Amino acid sequence: MPKDHGIGASSKRREDVRFLTGKGVYTDDLALHGQTYAVFVRSTVAHGRIKAINTANAAAMPGVLAVFTGEDFKDVGGNPAGWLINSRDGTPMREPKRPVLAHGKVRHVGDAYAAVVAETYNQAKDAAQQLADDTDIEELPAIIDMKAAAADASNRVHDEIPDNLCFDWGWIEDNRATVEEVFRTAPHVTTLELVNNRLVPNAMEPRASIGEYFPGTGDYKLTTTSQNPHLTRLLVAAFVMGIPENKLTVVAPDVGGGFGSKIYHYGEEALVLAAAKKLARPVRWTAERSESFLSDAHGRDHVTKIELACEKDGTFLAFRTETYANVGAYLSNFSTATPTFLHGTLMAGPYKVPNVYVNVKTVFTNTAPVDAYRGAGRPEATFSLERVIDKMCRELGLDAFEVRRKNFLTPDQFPYTTPVGLVYDTGNYQATLEKAIEMADVAGFGARVAASKARGKLRGLGLSTWIEACGIAPSHLVGVLGSRVGLYDAATVRVNATGNISVMVGAHSHGQGHETVFAQIVAEKLGIPESSVEIVHGDTSKIPFGMGSYGSRSLAVCGTAMTKAVDKIVAKGKKIAAHMLEASEGDITFEDGKFSVAGTDKAKTFGEIAFSAYVPHNYPLETLEPGLEETAFYDPANFTYPAGAYLCEVEVDEGTGKVDVVAFHCADDFGNVMNPMIVEGQVHGGVGQGIGQALCESTTYDETGQLLTGSYMDYAMPRADDVPFYNVDYSCQTPCTHNPLGVKGCGEAGAIGSPPAVVNAVIDALHRGGHTHVTHIDMPVSPNRVWQAING
Amino acid sequence: MQLTDSRDIKAAPEAVWAAILNPEVLKDCVPGCESMTGSVEAGFEAAVVQKVGPVKARFTGVVTFSDIAPGRALTLTGEGKGGAAGFAKGSAKVTMEPIPEGTRLTYEVQANVGGKIAQLGSRIIDGFAKKMADEFFARFQQTVEGPPPAEADGADPETADEAGEASGEKKGWFRRLIG
Repeated sequence: MPKDHGIGASSKRREDVRFLTGKGVYTDDLALHGQTYAVFVRSTVAHGRIKAINTANAAAMPGVLAVFTGEDFKDVGGNPAGWLINSRDGTPMREPKRPVLAHGKVRHVGDAYAAVVAETYNQAKDAAQQLADDTDIEELPAIIDMKAAAADASNRVHDEIPDNLCFDWGWIEDNRATVEEVFRTAPHVTTLELVNNRLVPNAMEPRASIGEYFPGTGDYKLTTTSQNPHLTRLLVAAFVMGIPENKLTVVAPDVGGGFGSKIYHYGEEALVLAAAKKLARPVRWTAERSESFLSDAHGRDHVTKIELACEKDGTFLAFRTETYANVGAYLSNFSTATPTFLHGTLMAGPYKVPNVYVNVKTVFTNTAPVDAYRGAGRPEATFSLERVIDKMCRELGLDAFEVRRKNFLTPDQFPYTTPVGLVYDTGNYQATLEKAIEMADVAGFGARVAASKARGKLRGLGLSTWIEACGIAPSHLVGVLGSRVGLYDAATVRVNATGNISVMVGAHSHGQGHETVFAQIVAEKLGIPESSVEIVHGDTSKIPFGMGSYGSRSLAVCGTAMTKAVDKIVAKGKKIAAHMLEASEGDITFEDGKFSVAGTDKAKTFGEIAFSAYVPHNYPLETLEPGLEETAFYDPANFTYPAGAYLCEVEVDEGTGKVDVVAFHCADDFGNVMNPMIVEGQVHGGVGQGIGQALCESTTYDETGQLLTGSYMDYAMPRADDVPFYNVDYSCQTPCTHNPLGVKGCGEAGAIGSPPAVVNAVIDALHRGGHTHVTHIDMPVSPNRVWQAING
Repeated sequence: MQLTDSRDIKAAPEAVWAAILNPEVLKDCVPGCESMTGSVEAGFEAAVVQKVGPVKARFTGVVTFSDIAPGRALTLTGEGKGGAAGFAKGSAKVTMEPIPEGTRLTYEVQANVGGKIAQLGSRIIDGFAKKMADEFFARFQQTVEGPPPAEADGADPETADEAGEASGEKKGWFRRLIG
């Protein structure tokens, strides 16, 4: 019988009650006395030189309180990139300043170069338009195509960077020559050129920020839509504004989705703080949907050539890739890590391939900044690998399942050091593959093909395996790789006098369900009801520290910190119990919420111990401090490596090119599962986003840098009828070997594994229909592209 | 966005040439044009109200003339700012060659939109631009040639007679205006 409580139970998400009844409190819901409204003036051209901004008319308009331009921020710091990447020749990456407001030049459509603060939103909006009308920007030729940008030194996104390259990275550069030699002599080489399409994150809640300043104390408060309030505090305080961290509180209340786009610090946050100080009044800003399209950090946008060298029997010998990765106009905080250490290091997949070389050229263009988006680099790696393997199987007439079986690492090979620098601690890729085959009834596929054919449709089956490195990350390792911060996490467990518990965690929950799952873990470990545990997150004034939620890290890293803090609580509780029970500490056991003297019936409940800690009438005050509150920091020893196998079945209408995903099966290994229902939900969401990328979503800039897909009329998000009922399994479990919960992380899995499964299925369907000339279709695999491929 | 087309106008190249440099004519021919003033040397200042998909805006800007080869060719370049709607800009390279029926007008239009119109209206912008160009040149043709015969018969028999006299060439409002 499944558990109904604690670890492993599908406890219902407690946060959903407020979300579903409209009682959530999001940044824009907060109304503050004396509040004012900021509106940003954004460039309508992709690239231009700011000749003059005449603020006089706007400043004189009704209700206008302040006008800001790039000039006001030219002496404060830039918003930095979090990872330093070196080029193949050892030179450090080019790091142009990312200012609060554009100064001198505007570099993408939507680049904010001024802001107006007024008494009402409409007044601010009117004045912002006036300011736009009073601004003279000389339009310059836009730099959009990555390869053209890298080849043309005459036109530059940043005047000081001649070839528009941020860096030219080789991983691992020392292996380059060996890999080239393997390719020279390999019996077979498959080459595939592909595009990993740019995505707009489209969180349901647009970004919003409220700045407050308290002149009496000199304190600032920023309420903002962040996945990562401590990092935002660090960046806006120390790097940009020069505010001491102890004078700034950052609060991220309920946040309606992020998918990566709300990890980063954005200039709007600095602006509302600066304006609040100037006016000594709260200053608020909420993005319009158009602003989200234009200015949220986008995802993906790789153009890749991948080559696979193998034996004629499909045994892998080497992978080699050459990728152009778009960073857009400025370096967003994680933008340099995403195409490199979150991408190149995964290019061995779950396979025992001895030779891998990855080259990534990261290019500045006049487009919105590009950064981590659900999966971040790993979906790009997985897509390249699984597509080229599929192509190779077709070229050599090999069975896709057999080729995977032949090349998988075997369970006895762990820990395994990959040729791209990671150490996989554990896994069983055979198990998830066989599970997926069983779930998908591959044996019955032929009959389904015939049934589809009878309905005039081509049916295809697509396989993708996937692995990711998540639970980021070991601070020492990421430091070596270029990270400028450590990636540990922290939690404080505060047991109140009456035995209920507040847990302050560094991870931020914006849809993941931490408030439920973390409470399950604490309740299980302390033998108390889940309802006695409250999870507090998203407020730097309450929480010791945190590195936020992204990279499927919350449970593996912050959850472990929390577990360690709970262990400290138990250890102290044992000391108190030993005193109360007049026994030696070594004889005290803790089980089911009771501290007992081993071998006796003498016991104290957890509640009694907590009460005694706060009302220490009978307490070892000489040796032990009162109170029952513990903090732990946890820095992981390694990444975690969840993996799995996905099978997608599609039907293709030859006449229209329309693709329907008719079945999707996921067999994942997430290690131990804390709440199966939430894990399933994460996989559903991730696969939905992956199907969106594969079939629907396309971010299109025209050659002048105008975003042509700037609204939901032109940007296709997947809808309910674009996705099937998912078949999800997580029973193949190889627990993580280096965190006490044995968990690996499940947040990004679906978005990583699903796009290649969908595209492989479409290619399979077309081949079964005799369209064997089709070797690849770029995402989104729209009806138009499929029809063109069939008839091209 | 690029657009190339041609039209045969039943009027002499000199008449077509004069019309295309006349702000009054352009005002009547540009769909949604509220005003068009100025000179060929300094350019025309224009105000146009248009609705592109969900975005309706009043565009103001300047149209300038370049590569002028009198009676044969010229290039019109313009940029209109539509406030919150964004901007539209483009150029039209127009050439005229005499043909037995009058003048063949060939145009190559290059147009770009930016800001909100691009973000919201890109799906329909090509169709919109073609419609605008078609409408402009249809009106232009009509203005230069005069109303089509059927309509002209009913509305103004005198014009039809005059047109008949001028060796099959219709003489419209504009032709009468310039003599």
